[in-house]
Amino acid sequence: MTRTYYSEDHEWITVNEDEGTVGITEYAQSQLGDVVFVELPEVGAVLSKGDDAAVVESVKAASELYAPVTGEVTAVNHSVVEEPSLVNTAPMDDGWFFTLKLTDPSELDEMMDEEAYEAYVKDLG
Amino acid sequence: MTDDCLKTTPLHALHKELGGKMVPFAGYDMPVQYPMGIMAEHLHTREKAGLFDVSHMGQATLKPKGAGDAAQALEKLTPGALESLKPGAMRYTMLLNERGGILDDFMVTRPIDDDKALYLVVNAGCKEQDFAHIAASLADEADLYVHEDRVLLALQGPKAASVLETVIPNIGTLGFMQARWLDHDGETLIISRAGYTGEDGFEISLPVSIADAFARRLLDHEDVAMIGLGARDSLRLEAGLCLYGHDISVETTPVEAGLRFAIPKSRRARADFPGAKTIMAQLSDGPDRVRVGFRPVDRTIAREGTKITTSDGEKVIGHVTSGGFAPSVGGPVGMGYSDPAFAEPGTAIGLLVRGKVRPARITTMPFVPHNYVRKSPTKTG
Repeated sequence: MTRTYYSEDHEWITVNEDEGTVGITEYAQSQLGDVVFVELPEVGAVLSKGDDAAVVESVKAASELYAPVTGEVTAVNHSVVEEPSLVNTAPMDDGWFFTLKLTDPSELDEMMDEEAYEAYVKDLG
Repeated sequence: MTDDCLKTTPLHALHKELGGKMVPFAGYDMPVQYPMGIMAEHLHTREKAGLFDVSHMGQATLKPKGAGDAAQALEKLTPGALESLKPGAMRYTMLLNERGGILDDFMVTRPIDDDKALYLVVNAGCKEQDFAHIAASLADEADLYVHEDRVLLALQGPKAASVLETVIPNIGTLGFMQARWLDHDGETLIISRAGYTGEDGFEISLPVSIADAFARRLLDHEDVAMIGLGARDSLRLEAGLCLYGHDISVETTPVEAGLRFAIPKSRRARADFPGAKTIMAQLSDGPDRVRVGFRPVDRTIAREGTKITTSDGEKVIGHVTSGGFAPSVGGPVGMGYSDPAFAEPGTAIGLLVRGKVRPARITTMPFVPHNYVRKSPTKTG
C-alpha cells in the first residue's frame, strides 16, 4: 500500500514499503512559474534528509529540492530533464524527480499527510 | 499587500485588477507577471502586442536659459551628438562620470515645437540622481522640468502599429527612433517609435488624468495583453540590450559595454565628454574586458554573478551580468564581461554553476533578430 507524505518545503514522497518517489507539489510549481531546467541527483547518491537533491529553475529563479528523508537514489526521471514543463503540468505524477530507497522510514512520521499539508498551504495565503 | 515605503504608478489599480503579481522594483510596487505567466507574456509580445507600464521611469524636459541649446549643454555630460538632433528625432545616450563609467543610459528626443529643448526618459532606479546631476551640472545653462504628472506606456510587438492606429490614426507612418507630439482629447501625447524589446513598437507618454482609460482602450484590443517586468527582462535580454545596474554601471565604460555606436565621430574628434581620456584610450588600444553574449551548450541557466571560465575551467575570464531562459530562443542565454581574447563568437567557454564547469559558446547578439520598423521618413537611401 502506498502513502504520500509532504514536507514544509513543498516536496512530496509517495512510499511503497521502503521505496519512495519524490517530486514537488502543485503549490510549489504554481509558485515557481514556468519550469525551464531540472538537474537531478546521480543514481546511487546517498542523500541525508535536508540535503540538496535536485535543482529546479523557472524563468524567475533557481530553487533547490531537498531530500525529504534519508536514502539512496535508485532511479531518476530523465523526462523532466528533457521536458521541464512536465513539472508544471503534472507535478504529482509524470513530473516526478527521483526514487529513493529509504534508510529510516521513521523519518516519515515528521512529515505531513495530505490533509495537514493542505491546511499548511492554506495558511500561507 | 503593499509595502508602505514603496511608490506606486498611476496604473497600480489596473495591475491589481488584472491579477498582477506585485514585487518591489526600483522603489515601486510593480507587476512582475500577470496570470498568463512570464513565458506566455514574452511570446505574446513577440507574436502580437504587449502593453507595459513603465511609468516608474523618469521623464523630464531640459530647456535652455536664454538663447542657447539644451542639447549643447547636455553634451557636456554625455558622449552623444545631441545638438544635431532634428525636431522629432530620438537618440540613445549615456551620462558618464569622470572615469568614463556609465551613470545611466537614457533616451533624448528633440521636441517637435522647440528645437532648443530636449525631452528625456531615464531609468527608474537612477532618476533622482540623474535629474539632480543634470540640474546641478547645467544650472547656468538650462532648466530641468521633471514630469511627475505623466504616465509612460510601451506598446511592443508586430501588431503594435495596427493596434495603436485604432486609437491614433496614421501613427504607423512614424519612423524608427522618431517621435510626435499629438493633441488627444485636449491633452498632449508624446509618442515615439522605440522600445526595449527588440520588436517594433511605441512608447507613449500621457498625462495621469487620461492614462487609465487610454491603457484600457488598448487592452480592449484582442491582440493586446498587459506584460510584467519578468517578460520585459527576458525580452530585452534576447534582444541583447543592456539593463542598467546589471550589464552596465558606473564600473563599466561604453567601450567595454560594446556601445561604441553611442560615441559618434564628431564627439571622438572633440574628445570633450566626461571620461574622454579613458574612453579614447580604450577606443584606440581596446579595453581590458568586453561585453559578450553566450549560449550554454546544455540547458544550464547561468544567472548574474556566475563566473565565466576557459573551456577547461582552469582560469576565470569574466562573469555573467544577465542570464536566463530565453523563451523565443527555446533555451538559456546570457551576457557578461570577458577577457577580449575569448570574445570571438564561437569560442568555447565554461560557466561555473553549482561547482561544476558547464560548456557554453560565445555568440553574437541579439539572440533573436531585431524586428524594428525600417522606414525612416526623415532619411533617404
